[in-house]
Amino acid sequence: MEFLNHFGGVFEPLALMLLIGGTVGGLILGATPGLSPTMAVALLIPFTFHLQPVHGLILLGAAYTSTVAGGAVSAILLKIPGAPANIATSLDGHEMAKQGHGARALHLSFLSSGVGGLIGVLLLIFLTPLLSQWALAFGPSHLFWLAIVGVTVIGSLDSNSFVKGLLSGCIGLWLSMIGYDDIQGAQRFIFHDALSGGINIIPALIGLFAIPQVIDMFGKGRFITEIETVKVPKQQFMNSLRELRGNVRALTIGTTFGSIIGLIPGVGGQIAGLVAYDQTRKFSPDRDKFGTGHPEGLIAAESANNAMVGPSLVPLLTLSIPGSPTAAVLLGGLLIHGIFPGTDLFDNHPQVAWTFINSMLIGQILMVAFGIYTAQWAARIALVPNSLMASAVLVLALFGSYSIQQSMGDVYIMLALGVGMFFLDRFGFSAAPLVLGLILGPIAEANFIQGTQIAAAQDGPWVYFLTGPLNMLLIFFAVSSIAFSFWSNLMASKSKKDGLAEEVTK
Amino acid sequence: MKKLAKGFVIAATAVATTWGVSALAGDFPDRPVGVAVSYGAGGATDFQARIVTMVAGNKDMLGQPVYIVNKPGAGGRVGWNWFATKAPKDGYTMSAYNVPHFIAQSIKGGVKYSTDSFEPIANWGADPAVVLVGKDSKFNTIKDLVEFAKANPGKLTLSGAGLFVGHHIAALQLQQSTGTKMAYIPTKGGGAAAMKAVIAGNVLAGINNLSDGYRAAKAGNVKILAVADLERNKEFLPDVPTLKESGYDVDNSSVNFRGLMVPKGTPQSAIDTLAAKVPAMFKHARVAKRMKAGGSPIKVMTRAEVQEMWKARQKALAGLLKGL
Repeated sequence: MEFLNHFGGVFEPLALMLLIGGTVGGLILGATPGLSPTMAVALLIPFTFHLQPVHGLILLGAAYTSTVAGGAVSAILLKIPGAPANIATSLDGHEMAKQGHGARALHLSFLSSGVGGLIGVLLLIFLTPLLSQWALAFGPSHLFWLAIVGVTVIGSLDSNSFVKGLLSGCIGLWLSMIGYDDIQGAQRFIFHDALSGGINIIPALIGLFAIPQVIDMFGKGRFITEIETVKVPKQQFMNSLRELRGNVRALTIGTTFGSIIGLIPGVGGQIAGLVAYDQTRKFSPDRDKFGTGHPEGLIAAESANNAMVGPSLVPLLTLSIPGSPTAAVLLGGLLIHGIFPGTDLFDNHPQVAWTFINSMLIGQILMVAFGIYTAQWAARIALVPNSLMASAVLVLALFGSYSIQQSMGDVYIMLALGVGMFFLDRFGFSAAPLVLGLILGPIAEANFIQGTQIAAAQDGPWVYFLTGPLNMLLIFFAVSSIAFSFWSNLMASKSKKDGLAEEVTK
Repeated sequence: MKKLAKGFVIAATAVATTWGVSALAGDFPDRPVGVAVSYGAGGATDFQARIVTMVAGNKDMLGQPVYIVNKPGAGGRVGWNWFATKAPKDGYTMSAYNVPHFIAQSIKGGVKYSTDSFEPIANWGADPAVVLVGKDSKFNTIKDLVEFAKANPGKLTLSGAGLFVGHHIAALQLQQSTGTKMAYIPTKGGGAAAMKAVIAGNVLAGINNLSDGYRAAKAGNVKILAVADLERNKEFLPDVPTLKESGYDVDNSSVNFRGLMVPKGTPQSAIDTLAAKVPAMFKHARVAKRMKAGGSPIKVMTRAEVQEMWKARQKALAGLLKGL
C-alpha cells in the first residue's frame, strides 16, 4: 500500500498542470494520423530535460496513457488507426460513426479505455513481482508459438469467409518479408528503393484502412442522390455509462486479454486489441453483428489496448528491459535523470516511482473526462460532406505517412497498399487480417531464427520448440483456435443450407 | 488589433533582415540541422544523440537547434544506405555513425556505403563491449566461461545486438583468442533484446554495451565478467578485468564509437564549421552531466582523430572478418 503515501506528489500545482497538459496534449497527438504513441513520447523527451525527474515522468506517463486512447479518435472518426493498438477499434467504431453514433462510440471507447487502463495500472501496483516473472517466461520458442496463435486468429477476424481471412493474412505475411532481413541482412523482394526498409507499419495502417474509404467517398460524392445524410443525435453520458454496464462480458474479456498479452515483451501491445476483439466475438451470442457497428467489439478492443499500458511497463520498471518501443523511450526519459529502473528505482527513488505510477492512475480519469467532454463535437465530423471529408482524410494520410521518417518512399507504399486494398475489398478480403499478418510475420520469423540457433547449441529444434509446458499450452491454443473457427464456419454454412432447404420445401 | 498587426510586421521585417544578413555573411548554419539515426527511437544511439545535441541551439554552440530523424531497419543498413546515396549534401543533414558496425557491414558487402562515402565531423562516445551472464549463472569469472566453452565446443550460447555490431566483433575476437567455438545468437531489437535473453536465461551468456551492462548489474540482474577494451573502465566498472589482462588477446576493435558525420560531397566550408563547433557542444557541462547520469561513457574526438580511428578500424576489421 506504499503507493497511497505518494499521492500528494501528483497534486502539487506543477505536477497537476503537467498531468493535465500531458493528457490533453497526448489526446491530440494520439489523434493525429501518423503520430504513434512512441513518436509522441519521444517528441516530449526534450521538454523533460528541464524538469525534475518526477515531473518529467508525470508528463511522459500521462502522454503515454492518453496517446493510446487518443489513437481511438482517428480510428473511429476517420478510420485511420493511430497505432497497431487501435486497429480493432476502427472495425466497429468507424461503422458506428458513419451511422451517426460517433459520440456514442467515443463515449464507450473512452470509458472502456478508462476502465481497462485503471485495472492495468492497479495490476502494475499490486502484482509487479509476479508479473515480471511472467514477462521473462517467454523465450524465443514461446514467442514464435504466440505469433502462430495470433495467425490462427486471422481466419475468424472481421471476415465472413474463413478462407478469405486466411488468404488476407498470407498476403500480410508476404508483405512483411519485403526488405532487408533484420538479422542476416539478406535482401528480399526489393524491387524499388522505397522498399529497402521494408513496409513500415504506420504508413501501412494508414493506407490499408483510410485509402479504400477515401476512394469510396469520392465515388459516392459525385452523385447528389448517393450523398448520405446522417443524423447525429445527442448522446447522453448516462446512457453511455448504462450501455457500458450492460457489456461487462466484453469489458472483462478485453481487460483480461489486454493485461495478460500486454505484458509479453515485444509482442503484446500490438496484438492485444485484435486478440481481445476476436475472443469477444467468439464468446458473443451476437457474433454476426461484429464489424457492422457493434459496440461490444469496440469495448473489447479499447479496454484491451489501455489495459496493456500498465503491465507493459512491468519489465521496464523491475528489470530495466523495455518491453515495447514506447517503454524504450520512457527508459531514455529516466536515464537522463540518472534514475535506473529496477531495484534502484523502487529502493532509492520510491517517491519518483510511485508518483509516476499514481499519475498514470489519475491520468486515466482525466483522460476519460476530457475525452467525453469533446466527444459530442468531434462526432459532428460525420456531418461533413463526403467529398470534403475524403479530401481531408487524404491530406492527413499523406502528411502522416511522410512525417514518420520524412520519406516519400513511405507515401508511395501507403498509396500502393491503399489502392491494392480497395480492389481486394471488392473481392471480400479485409484489411484487419492482412495487417495482423504484417505485424506477426517479423515476430514469428525473428524468434524462429533465434530459436533454431539456440536449439542448435542445445538439444536440437524438435526438443526446443515442442517440449515444455508453455510451448505445449501455446500449441494447444493454436490448434483449438483453428478447430473452433473451422467448426463454427461449418455450422454456419450448414444452418444456411438448412434454411435454404426449408424455404424450398415450403 | 492594429497594434498587433504592426507588431507582426516589425517582427517579420526583423526576421527577414537577420536571415538576409546571415545569408550574405555566409553564416552556416542559418536553419535547424537534422541528424539521421539509423536505429529506432529509444535505442542507445538515439538516446545519446538526443542528449549530445541538446545544447546545439545555444549561441556559442551551433546557434541552431538540432532535430533527430529515425530511419531504422535491417541493422542500420536502411538509414546509412539512404544517407550515402540520397541525403542532401548541404551540411544541414548529418547522421550518427556506429563504428565498428557500419565499417564491418561495408567490408562484408551488400550495402551502398563504406568509410569513403562519409566525412566524419566528431566523436561523442565510446562504449566498450562487456561479457556478462545472468545473476544465477554458474560462471563467476571469464576463466569459468572459457573453460566451459573449451569443454563444450559450440554449446556456449552468447547473445548480442546483431551481426557485425561491436558485440559480434568482440565475440569473434574472444573465440579466436581462446581457440574456442561459441554459438553467437544475434537478436533483433538491439541491445535490449540481447540483454533480455541473458536475464531470462534464454542464453548462457551475452555481450552487451558497457552502459547497459552497468545498469543491469547495478539492478542486480547480471554479473559482468570482463570488458573488451585495452584498459579497465575506471569510472563505471573499476573492478571488472579486461579480457587482455585475463590473458586473452582481445584489443579494443569492438569498442562502439558513436559520433556525427556528413555525406561525402558536402561543401568543405560546412564541414570545417561543423568540425570546429561540434566537439565543444559534446563537451558542454550539461551534456556531460546527462551522459554520466545515464551510464554512457563520453569520448570526444576531433575530426582528424576520427579519420585516424576509422582507418585503423578498417584495417583491423578487414583482417578479422577475412574468411568468415
